[in-house]
Amino acid sequence: MTTTDHSGDVRLTGIGKTYGSFTAVHPLDLTVPQGSFFALLGASGCGKTTTLRMIAGLEEPSCGTVHLGDQDVTHLPPYKRPVNTVFQSYALFPHLDIFENVAFGLRRRGVKSVKKQVEEMLELVQLGEQARKKPHQLSGGQQQRVAVARALINHPKVLLLDEPLGALDLKLRRQMQLELKRIQTEVGITFIHVTHDQEEAMTMADTVAVMNAGRVEQLGAPTDLYENPQTTFVANFLGTSNLIEAEVDTRNGDDVVLKAGGGKLVLPAARCSAPAAAGGKVLVGVRPEKIALTHADDAGAIPEGRNRLTGRIADASFIGVSTQYVIDSPVCDELAVYVQNVERDGRLVPGADVVLHWNPAHTFGLDAAQDIDAGVETVEEEAA
Amino acid sequence: MSTLTEAPPPLAPAEPAPKPPRRRGRLTPYWLLLPGILWLVVFFALPLVYQASTSVQTGSLEQGYKVTWHFATYWDALTEYWPQFLRSVLYAAAATVLCLLLGYPLAYLIAFRAGRWRNLIMILVIAPFFTSFLIRTLAWKTILADNGPVVHALNSLHVLDLTSALGWTAGDRVLATPLAVVCGLTYNFLPFMILPLYTSLERIDGRLHEAAGDLYARPWTTFRKVTFPLSMPGVVSGTLLTFIPAAGDYVNAELLGSTDTRMIGNVIQTQFLRILDYPTAAALSFILMAAILAMVTIYIRRSGTEDLV
Amino acid sequence: MPVVTWLKRRLVVIAGLLTLAYLLLPNVIVTVFSFNKPKGRFNYQWQQFSTSAWKDPCGVAGMCGSLSVSLQIAVWATLGATLLGTMIAFALVRYRFRARGAINSLIFLPMAMPEVVMAASLLTLFLNMGAQLGFLTILIAHIMFCLSFVVTAVKARVMSMDPRLEEAARDLYAGPVQTFLRVTLPIAAPGIAAGALLSFALSFDDFIITNFNAGSTVTFPMFVWGSAQRGTPVQINVIGTAMFLVAVLFVLTSMVIGNRRNKKA
Repeated sequence: MTTTDHSGDVRLTGIGKTYGSFTAVHPLDLTVPQGSFFALLGASGCGKTTTLRMIAGLEEPSCGTVHLGDQDVTHLPPYKRPVNTVFQSYALFPHLDIFENVAFGLRRRGVKSVKKQVEEMLELVQLGEQARKKPHQLSGGQQQRVAVARALINHPKVLLLDEPLGALDLKLRRQMQLELKRIQTEVGITFIHVTHDQEEAMTMADTVAVMNAGRVEQLGAPTDLYENPQTTFVANFLGTSNLIEAEVDTRNGDDVVLKAGGGKLVLPAARCSAPAAAGGKVLVGVRPEKIALTHADDAGAIPEGRNRLTGRIADASFIGVSTQYVIDSPVCDELAVYVQNVERDGRLVPGADVVLHWNPAHTFGLDAAQDIDAGVETVEEEAA
Repeated sequence: MSTLTEAPPPLAPAEPAPKPPRRRGRLTPYWLLLPGILWLVVFFALPLVYQASTSVQTGSLEQGYKVTWHFATYWDALTEYWPQFLRSVLYAAAATVLCLLLGYPLAYLIAFRAGRWRNLIMILVIAPFFTSFLIRTLAWKTILADNGPVVHALNSLHVLDLTSALGWTAGDRVLATPLAVVCGLTYNFLPFMILPLYTSLERIDGRLHEAAGDLYARPWTTFRKVTFPLSMPGVVSGTLLTFIPAAGDYVNAELLGSTDTRMIGNVIQTQFLRILDYPTAAALSFILMAAILAMVTIYIRRSGTEDLV
Repeated sequence: MPVVTWLKRRLVVIAGLLTLAYLLLPNVIVTVFSFNKPKGRFNYQWQQFSTSAWKDPCGVAGMCGSLSVSLQIAVWATLGATLLGTMIAFALVRYRFRARGAINSLIFLPMAMPEVVMAASLLTLFLNMGAQLGFLTILIAHIMFCLSFVVTAVKARVMSMDPRLEEAARDLYAGPVQTFLRVTLPIAAPGIAAGALLSFALSFDDFIITNFNAGSTVTFPMFVWGSAQRGTPVQINVIGTAMFLVAVLFVLTSMVIGNRRNKKA
């Protein structure tokens, strides 16, 4: 990092949490730079909330340390940490009105004149009118904003958000995503955001850490994670991936040539996270929207140098901007292909023989020793 | 309410603030529990032990009592006082059934039909509590008086002929009969039925009634298949809260009954406070406790609601 | 037929109101007979209207004294039971510890025990210890049987409280004591108040346990019991009526205040 101020960095070193024989978080190292919007993404029970709570001080880590800037806060109680949390379902104090909820942190720190600050903060979240109402009299979106205001007014070094949008309906959630992003840019505080919603994480965060079963699977910018996943879990949890089992044939310069079924596929060696020794197994991945479909009769018109597979359309669903095809291929059942509805080929109906082809640069390679379906069901469950 | 809220002294010692957070909470629960639990052990559990021991003692007031493991006291007590035991169970059961029949409509009314009158009716159900129950029980002497309007009405409707034939009343009187005692027991424990019933009815989502209606259930069927089963926790705790104190009561039998309506509570009270035959009194009390605990346990098991506690 | 339909629709309402009448009838009688001028010692038959009892409510020997004894016991029993019961309730909800089941049973059993059994066994203990029966033994007994009710009321409230609220307080710079005083206690207050109110009512009106363990001390219910044998003064009805009115007024005022507070918010 080139930023000069590191006082808002969050540095986790070998931090882990076990409950009896159950390991909620395996020892992990993580650095969240000052001023960034960081997301911990994963299905429920993956350890993301536990990690957040250890940063907040609400959970004592079993091992490792937490640093804020240069300060070791591992054993500081939450009320002594310059960190504030926006809780899941907000945890607004039901017996206090909105004003007192927002003023709570200031008053506890002995700040005398809170009125001006609270009013300004309520204006920032557009709740100036509601100051004397009780939390239960507000809508979900308003409560959410109170929760953010109550935490932000303390000017914490780090703001922790635990599924802050989970209780809101879809439309409001979109709105609040942009709102939170705007606030973060305005105040410049480090945000650490826990969510199970991959779209939410990708929209809002600069850096996303995908967690699974108590470990960080992969960490990076949303585009990196999406374009170049390094585990099957990430490939399946973030969006949809077609994963095809293949065998390494030869190494050709910067490319790896693979055998899948009867055909050959090319994969840039830089995009292969598995050891690519000849004869070894690799999972070849490609995102559905990278694939183009051509009717088998026109196969000759496909340019050279593209990866190709043959197959037959099993199902096609028209969803407006695109059409989603399910294609049975000899190398893999049920390949997903999303085709933009620019010029629709009337022959591409269920039963038609087709050729799937894509730019080899969009291919990624994964270690074949993993569960090919990791992360698939969890997405379905969470979405439901 | 607010005055009473402030009544208990501040509970600051309840959650001391030990400095190192990791040590926190090891011993706290035990300190919190200690005084109250000690109280219950010394003044609730220990007395039961003493009583058990007294029940197998022999001796006399003058020469003192000794533990002689004289279990015959139990047998003697049972053979002599089984009618009072039986009567207690019958009266308490009758009062419980009556409480359920009378209390259910009122609880239902408060939960679903009272609208803005709900709070007022609730107050009217609870407020009589604040007039000593003995005074209110004595009022039944007036209501059921031999030449009062109630007895007149029942007489002219020939209801008393029927109840006399059944042995519930005697001649033209209601007072000093089983009917009067059961009536008093029902009256005294009715709120203990209504409140738990109301609590469980109030939790029922009103849309369930609409859903049942939508699925072709008539109102009565809706009640039988939806409302009543969902109110079972209230029914179970209500019947327990009525039956248990009613079975041990001796106030109603004393004030509204006669020597022919004496319940086991009356016997225990007389043995303990007037005859001073402590072993017999202790044995009787122990039998009553065992019988009620056994009945309650079976009842809770069979009704399948063990989450009452 | 419309009459039948009308009745059928309102069957529950009518039955419920009849029950309510059954519940309130004795109070009506108590009130009416507080204005009676009975012949003889017993106030069971209506004779003549009179306000003399209302003008001289303490005109019966010993009655107001017994009332004061009852009030004192009720206040102390409420304080004791509420304090001890609240502590137990917090321990039960907030902490994991051994012997939990046994403690739960110990709290449940007094509520599932006929009063006469507790009364008799407690007397056995006091006799064995050679304790002097009186104010203190009554108070001990009352705290004992009120305790379980307080635990139940407070436990329900604390259990329904979101543990995140306390975490939020700690997160917002409130230390353990501050968290307890500013968040936990105010939120648990309705449960504590309910337990205290119940304790007061139970203690004030208790007869059976008191009767066994009172010695020569006379509480108000014991005074009434005694007068049922010796003759019932009209003043008893005056006290009964006054308590009923005070209770209704008390609840109504607190409701009005509560409503106003809600509206203001």
